[in-house]
Amino acid sequence: MSKDTSPSVHIMRSPLGRARGLGAAKHGAAHWWAERVTSVALLPLSLYFVVSVLILKGADHAAMAAYMAEPWNAVLFLLLIGTMFSHILMGLQVVIEDYVREEGKRLALLLVVKGGVWFLALAAAVSVLKLAFS
Amino acid sequence: MKDVREALMVGRNSEGKLVRRPLSPHLQVYKPQISSATSIFHRITGVALSGGTILLVAWLVAAASGDGAFSVVQAIFASWIGQLVLFGFTLALFYHFCNGIRHLSWDAGKGFELPDMHRSGRLVIGAAIILTVAFWAVAYIVG
Repeated sequence: MSKDTSPSVHIMRSPLGRARGLGAAKHGAAHWWAERVTSVALLPLSLYFVVSVLILKGADHAAMAAYMAEPWNAVLFLLLIGTMFSHILMGLQVVIEDYVREEGKRLALLLVVKGGVWFLALAAAVSVLKLAFS
Repeated sequence: MKDVREALMVGRNSEGKLVRRPLSPHLQVYKPQISSATSIFHRITGVALSGGTILLVAWLVAAASGDGAFSVVQAIFASWIGQLVLFGFTLALFYHFCNGIRHLSWDAGKGFELPDMHRSGRLVIGAAIILTVAFWAVAYIVG
């Protein structure tokens, strides 16, 4: 290192040019905050899910249908599905953005994951609703 | 600053002053510690649990399809390979659950001191194992 260690960069680029294309300011915390809100909601919901799994271990179809026909169980399962899959979507997005560097690949993977997560979430929710109303 | 790559090592601190960024540890030669291990396991279990939701969806869709499909899925889950996969799922779930609480307490600004952080890390690992064992004990003794 030279004697002068204070860092400096000499790039022919204006501050405006550096900021362009990075999105609107002051919205960065929304994603972070939503991830925390869903994680707090998932604390009781995942404990409920674990207990449900223990209750329904080895259950036959009639027992499963009777469980989901109970409104509280259907509501709690729908809450679990909504909260869990949105938490998953945000978590996977952060992981992809951290590790997939190439822009085209990153965008493609984000779209595939988003589509897949929505597909799973809707399949789960429709199944719970069908059991609840049949 | 002659080398153009050096520009990547320059950032601004919260006061807007230009500073030289610290270098990230090279993972290949970096001794694993409870801090880094618990952090990366939070991500690994998170991604694994995301994939594991396919099991939950298969279970619910089979139940909505009818008796035949549901008994097939229940039989797969009850087989030894099914039980092994579900064991891994519960371990990942309880780890992510416990370490998630740890992350939330950090978000609230608590537990940042190094001894506290090491203690909570060991606590999370222990609690995840105990909860997993308790879950399977209940599943096999009661159910």
